[in-house]
Amino acid sequence: MIRVLFFAQLRETLGSAGTEVPHDESATVADLKAFLMSKGDSWQQAFSNGKVLCAVNQTMVQDDEKLCDSDEVAFFPPVTGG
Amino acid sequence: MIKVQESDFCVAEEYAAMTRGNTKAGAVVFFVGLVRDFNQNKKVNALTLEHYPAMTEQVLQDIVQQARSRWSLDRVRLIHRVGRLTLNEQIVFVAVSSQHREDAFAAAQFLMDILKTQAPFWKKEETEKGDEHWVDANNKDTISAQRWL
Repeated sequence: MIRVLFFAQLRETLGSAGTEVPHDESATVADLKAFLMSKGDSWQQAFSNGKVLCAVNQTMVQDDEKLCDSDEVAFFPPVTGG
Repeated sequence: MIKVQESDFCVAEEYAAMTRGNTKAGAVVFFVGLVRDFNQNKKVNALTLEHYPAMTEQVLQDIVQQARSRWSLDRVRLIHRVGRLTLNEQIVFVAVSSQHREDAFAAAQFLMDILKTQAPFWKKEETEKGDEHWVDANNKDTISAQRWL
């Protein structure tokens, strides 16, 4: 399984702090996104604005990043700390 | 020294920790970020800072490491608060000491610019009228960070 986390506005829009997705549905970050977007309108909208960032095992990655079983994948909006 | 915490920090104590027993440094530069009353065209009363705990410290360590490889630095202290903060409260502290001021100034600016665009923190503001909204990432911050990349 891939452990998926959502933060900030994305977490609120989706009404979910995280979920688990089978690895065969998510060979890459792009596949995982496509799988999540199929979960409903709010999911589709949240991921289609092109602003969502992704980290795999706490490191920022691009959509073509390959995923391994039991990876932790986090999706979140552009950061606004400091 | 890197810390992510809910509690406040005391600048005098942090400054003392930068200089205590330190005879090598000729310069200390520090920056404190505060909650201000106006942002993105709205009056702000308070904000809540959320972060991604497993990732935050890793990113901050990496940013400090990058700064150390670019400039000749002595001590570095970085504190970022999370949770609910009201007007005028301290959010972030960055301090750098070095033999000479040029390196300390540049590294402090670098640390803040990169932190603001790469460390996984998010601000949600409460306005005077009581409504809440997530802060949008600022293009100005992206441009500030790009000059170092």
